[in-house]
Amino acid sequence: MEAYLDNSATTRCTQSVCDAVVRTMMEDYGNPSSKHMKGVEAERYLREARETIARTLKVNEKEIYFTSGATESNNWAIRGAALANRRAGMHLITTAVEHPAVLAPMQYLEEQGFRVTYLPVDARGRISLEDLEQALCDDTILVSIMYVNNEVGTVEPVAQAAKLVKKYNPRILFHTDAVQAYGKLAVYPKRLGVDLLSVSAHKIHGPKGVGFLYVNEKAKLNPFLLGGGQQKGMRSGTDNVPGAAGLAQAAKEAYEYLEESTEHLLCLKKRMMDGLHQLSERLSDGETSELPAVVIHSEEGQESAPHIVSAAFPGVRSEVLLHALEDREIYVSAGSACSSNKKLPVSPVLKELHLRPELLESTLRFSFSRFTTPEEIDYCLETLDDLLPVLRRYARR
Amino acid sequence: MFKTLLIKYGEIAIKGKNRHLFEDALVHQIIHALKKVEGEFHVYKMQGRIYVDCLSAYDFEETVGALKCVFGIVGICPVMKVEERGLEALGDDVIEFLQNVYDIDSQTFKVVTRRARKSYPIESMEVNCELGGRILEAFPGMRVDVHEPEIMLHVEIREKIYIYSKIIPGPGGMPVGTNGKAMLLLSGGIDSPVAGYMICKRGVKLDATYFHAPPYTSERAKQKVVDLARQVAKYSGPINLHIVNFTDIQLYIYDKCPHDELTIIMRRYMMKIAEHFAKEAGDLALITGESIGQVASQTVQSLAATNEVCTMPVFRPLIGFDKQEIVDVAEKIDTYETSILPYEDCCTIFVAKHPVTKPNLNAIKRSEQKLSEKIDDLVRTAIETTEKICIE
Repeated sequence: MEAYLDNSATTRCTQSVCDAVVRTMMEDYGNPSSKHMKGVEAERYLREARETIARTLKVNEKEIYFTSGATESNNWAIRGAALANRRAGMHLITTAVEHPAVLAPMQYLEEQGFRVTYLPVDARGRISLEDLEQALCDDTILVSIMYVNNEVGTVEPVAQAAKLVKKYNPRILFHTDAVQAYGKLAVYPKRLGVDLLSVSAHKIHGPKGVGFLYVNEKAKLNPFLLGGGQQKGMRSGTDNVPGAAGLAQAAKEAYEYLEESTEHLLCLKKRMMDGLHQLSERLSDGETSELPAVVIHSEEGQESAPHIVSAAFPGVRSEVLLHALEDREIYVSAGSACSSNKKLPVSPVLKELHLRPELLESTLRFSFSRFTTPEEIDYCLETLDDLLPVLRRYARR
Repeated sequence: MFKTLLIKYGEIAIKGKNRHLFEDALVHQIIHALKKVEGEFHVYKMQGRIYVDCLSAYDFEETVGALKCVFGIVGICPVMKVEERGLEALGDDVIEFLQNVYDIDSQTFKVVTRRARKSYPIESMEVNCELGGRILEAFPGMRVDVHEPEIMLHVEIREKIYIYSKIIPGPGGMPVGTNGKAMLLLSGGIDSPVAGYMICKRGVKLDATYFHAPPYTSERAKQKVVDLARQVAKYSGPINLHIVNFTDIQLYIYDKCPHDELTIIMRRYMMKIAEHFAKEAGDLALITGESIGQVASQTVQSLAATNEVCTMPVFRPLIGFDKQEIVDVAEKIDTYETSILPYEDCCTIFVAKHPVTKPNLNAIKRSEQKLSEKIDDLVRTAIETTEKICIE
């Protein structure tokens, strides 16, 4: 049996997404910029894709721009907003646990003379609104706070944060990296007060290499890619029609059955967490160690994403457990790369949670999709039960 | 513009009656190396020289790059080959050659003629003077400097006449296959690929053994070793890589033996297994990348303890090298970048904080007694389950 539990890394395309991509590559392959019929036909796909996506967010389709994925969306949102508004101020706010696609552009802007505040997080990975309030100043022009943390699944208080920011100064732009939220949670930028929102297709059973940026029509944003003037000159480059068609199909399917799939994911998450708790009790039985055999970082309930369970297995290095699971066809992520020689990187996000070193080097992330089955979870738990006693015995002395 | 390359070889030329064996091996290696290069080539030896005729359009850089990986080659000279049509015509050829190869301005030069065909009517010195005169006439800025000329123009008079001035250095050494075959213990580190390269440079064909320990080492670590073997194979030709699953042996040692002796005992079993495959493959020696004192398992005492299990000679070409000297070679042969990729290898996973640096052989043997129950079976299983890949 195979269990793919790494859906926060990427997901498998659905057949209908695949069909949409193939159709726009093989049959309706025109360039939307062409004047002839083939071009008009292709443009229709783009328009429909935009409409479909706009409906899932309850926004205007003119506010959706296709990009090459969330890295481009984040880069564009942050650098484009900073450049367009720098006369209003040079101060930016983000969190210490963002994805590198947010942190790296922030650091780049620091080199260009901007000032950036990195909000700290608590042990669960959540920012505090007080910290945010204190960081705001007259010079602030952009706040970027991720929706769901990709490593532990923590949902950040985006709505309250955006409200607070807008109350302080409505002209400050609010960006959120919604890669791990879109398709899993209902996300409505207008209600949230979010001006810019990044999404990637391949996390929701769409193709790789495509995503979008939602840009509130009132937001002042510079274009990032210059060229042939596609997408109203805001994002040049021949339109990625197959990507857009695949993304739209994936978005449509994700939101069509959102309630059912959320419920399904929550069941899976509970099953996984219950199983890990039981496993921990069994393994820790009779041990004197101060740490239990399994330490779960993710929370239950509304404030944590339904599809991510992050847990540490003290004494077993994450990479070793990952490869042992891989050998049984179970695929997961190592929250932090192993560190037997000090050169290897430890996840900066986990570091921000101030975990003890034993937890830092033994954290795995299990992430689900709506196609994950309870049997896969059970198989994973059984396998962990099988592997952990042996691996724990051979822990490094 | 050059249709012929003259291959210079050093050491081979001083071999006695075996010389033709070495020359044939070199021709064979050159043909093999050029198989991967686009174009049609004719490789042949004639009067103690090896020539590569380029019969079709070819990429000069690509071709020379391939030849630079062939051990035995000391120099690669792009030559202009002309028919014998008298001294006047030869002068024209030389002038044409210089115009094609150089931006002639005010360089110094010297003509070196070699008259291998003694039936040629004019003596070498005379040809030098004549051609020198023609060059001075044609390029008034140029001057003769017989001691340190910027352009050393070689004119070799044989059946045909060969004109060249550049000697691109080759890797030196001896043609692979002229000195038997040996088994390289290849890890993912910096040293072992360099060790393989150095022994191979002396004409030795290579096999290799790699120990992995899933799940403690990853598929990527294995891929890294395959990539390193592929890089070494550019010089050595095909390598039979043996990939041994070492996990159970390692865990068993970890269970039974003192932790600070783990690495030494592990390495003794690695040597035994490598020697088994060496014998099976008809290899006559083992090769390791060890260098004295680099790590705990490479002190003189540790090396002696490891060496004790082998019946074959163990070649350690890096034994007296400093790390930086090894890195320099690794960079030259383009293995460094791959070697430093950060994947766990099986020597580091259970390593003790303070491993023994002066192991006592008797103590080690006593510890190994504790393994007697299962170790032979584990070694046999490891040998039987070994994966073999031919790396081209």
